[in-house]
Amino acid sequence: MTTLAGNSLKPITPVSERRLKNHTSFAQTVANSLTMAYRGLVKFRRTPEQFMDVTLQPILFTVMFTYLFGGAISGSIAHYLPTIIPGVLVQTVITASVVTGVQLREDMDKGVFDRFRSLPIARIAPLSGALIADTLRYAIATAITFLTGIVMGWRPEGGVAGVVLGGLVVVVVAWCISWIFAFLGVIARTASSVQGISFMVLFPLTFLSNAFVPTSTLPGWLKWFTDVNPISHVITAVRNLCDAQPAGADLGWSLLGAVVVVAVFAPLTVRAYMRKA
Amino acid sequence: MTSTEYAVEARGLVKVFGQNRAVDGVDLTVKAGTVYGVLGPNGAGKTTTISMLATLLRPDGGEGRIFGHDVVREAQIVRQLIGVTGQYASVDEKLSANENLYIFGRLLGLSSKQAKAKGAELLEAFGLTDAATRPLAKFSGGMRRRLDLAASLIAQPPLIFLDEPTTGLDPRTRGQMWDTIRQLVATGSTVLLTTQYLDEADQLADRIAVIDAGKVVAEGTGDELKASIGTSSLILRLADTNETGEALRLIEQVFGVQGTPSPEAARITVPMSDADRVTDLLLAFRSAGIRLAELSVQKPTLDEVFLTITGHGVTEAEETTEEVLA
Ligand SMILES: Nc1ncnc2c1ncn2[C@@H]1O[C@H](COP(=O)(O)OP(=O)(O)O)[C@@H](O)[C@H]1O
Ligand SMILES: [Mg+2]
Repeated sequence: MTTLAGNSLKPITPVSERRLKNHTSFAQTVANSLTMAYRGLVKFRRTPEQFMDVTLQPILFTVMFTYLFGGAISGSIAHYLPTIIPGVLVQTVITASVVTGVQLREDMDKGVFDRFRSLPIARIAPLSGALIADTLRYAIATAITFLTGIVMGWRPEGGVAGVVLGGLVVVVVAWCISWIFAFLGVIARTASSVQGISFMVLFPLTFLSNAFVPTSTLPGWLKWFTDVNPISHVITAVRNLCDAQPAGADLGWSLLGAVVVVAVFAPLTVRAYMRKA
Repeated sequence: MTSTEYAVEARGLVKVFGQNRAVDGVDLTVKAGTVYGVLGPNGAGKTTTISMLATLLRPDGGEGRIFGHDVVREAQIVRQLIGVTGQYASVDEKLSANENLYIFGRLLGLSSKQAKAKGAELLEAFGLTDAATRPLAKFSGGMRRRLDLAASLIAQPPLIFLDEPTTGLDPRTRGQMWDTIRQLVATGSTVLLTTQYLDEADQLADRIAVIDAGKVVAEGTGDELKASIGTSSLILRLADTNETGEALRLIEQVFGVQGTPSPEAARITVPMSDADRVTDLLLAFRSAGIRLAELSVQKPTLDEVFLTITGHGVTEAEETTEEVLA
């Protein structure tokens, strides 16, 4: 084996000749966050099995639910696709945003996090980097769900523009919601508790919506819930965008809700995070 | 305010976890360009002390300065001056060695090209070039430790913290780590290392602080410390135990002290103040016709250091160094 460190270590710059500053510039914060996002993407490439929730799951759910419910609910597979595709899409992408919190918790528990904390980088970079990298996950899930639908015969009225807009809305909303899970990730004791709590909240929210069935058939109290469920508004907005229908009110409520979530949870998360970082 | 004479100045550092005063008023002064050893058993507060000096933990009391910069108020400056290699590897398990060093380099402000070059240079220096693209899961403990140290050196920091750099390494890898630490000092860096091994602190450090239960219980050069602790022991095993009496008489004659025979008289332990006298003793044995089955020297163990300094022994992490001579 090679001698350890040979003679190749170079003399260091003396302390007196170093330019030191005690603050982090905005440009450095952006650069550090992008590097952290890049790290997230490299991990994506290294461990594709951890990304099945945004690759295989959308295919599986789309195919499964379409064939399972299509005949019963809409009379045929083809008629069901405009209902189910936006439904599965919103469910998949919002569920994928839970991973932001779980992975953040995992990362913060690892030794590498101590190294980040000992480096002269923007304190917020590991958090902002993770949030940036995750938008790519949402975009992948969105593209795969749409493609699966198209392969199965979905022909959205809204054309490319409508579908792209609908996809954008989902990614933006999921990103905003991921702040909730990022907050849970920062304050929770373990990664599995983040996952547990998050899914307990998300399962009722995503299933008790208009994602899979028209709400008109539901009993009164459940119909009331699905109608006020913000997830239903997001789904309706995406459906309308894809179908070239006016999406006004639902789109407005979705985006407003998303902004409120960020306004509440971003400061909470950043505060809790900076206390630990 | 800024001084470059002292790499570390800690005054009365305190860290409390619940009821546990993990670090209880630690003072340390480390001259720039030297190796400083913090010696203590498991749970003594070594990692907690380093964490406060490396801005990873906020002190509950006292203050720490790194090259004159306060570890709390000027944390970001301190981080530009230090490299930290923790007790447990702080690299990304899911990435390759290359990717780890590249990302740390980018975070430290190197361009893409510089970060790649620096990574390659360090991997080469630490003999990891062949493993550069392999996932870390396949790395041995020693390789991980080396990568971790390499990652701490990207910015060529003037002060390097090494928390138990050789614990769990095999003797050969430990020796290589020692060489590396010496080379780091040759490049102008200051090294603050923690260890559970007296021998290691003695070999590497210019000065040593012994800490126990969060307090510095002794401080000085290795020689000063050893002088305060006592001496090495000579251990003899005779070929014929019937000659024990005669052997003890010769030992007293040569060393001027009593040897202690073990209960079954198989071994004799002799406090060895002057190694040079061993030759005289062996010659005396030869002329008296006493034959030896085995001869070894036992250095003071950390256990004995603690017994002497604190009045209580080490509960965990005992280390016996025996150098067999014959
Ligand atoms: N994060 C923590 N929370 C609570 N107690 C801790 C924490 N870190 C260390 N301790 C306690 O502080 C004491 C000193 O620990 P440490 O600094 O790790 O010792 P060493 O590194 O010398 O083995 C131990 O009693 C340990 O249990
Ligand atoms: Mg420790």
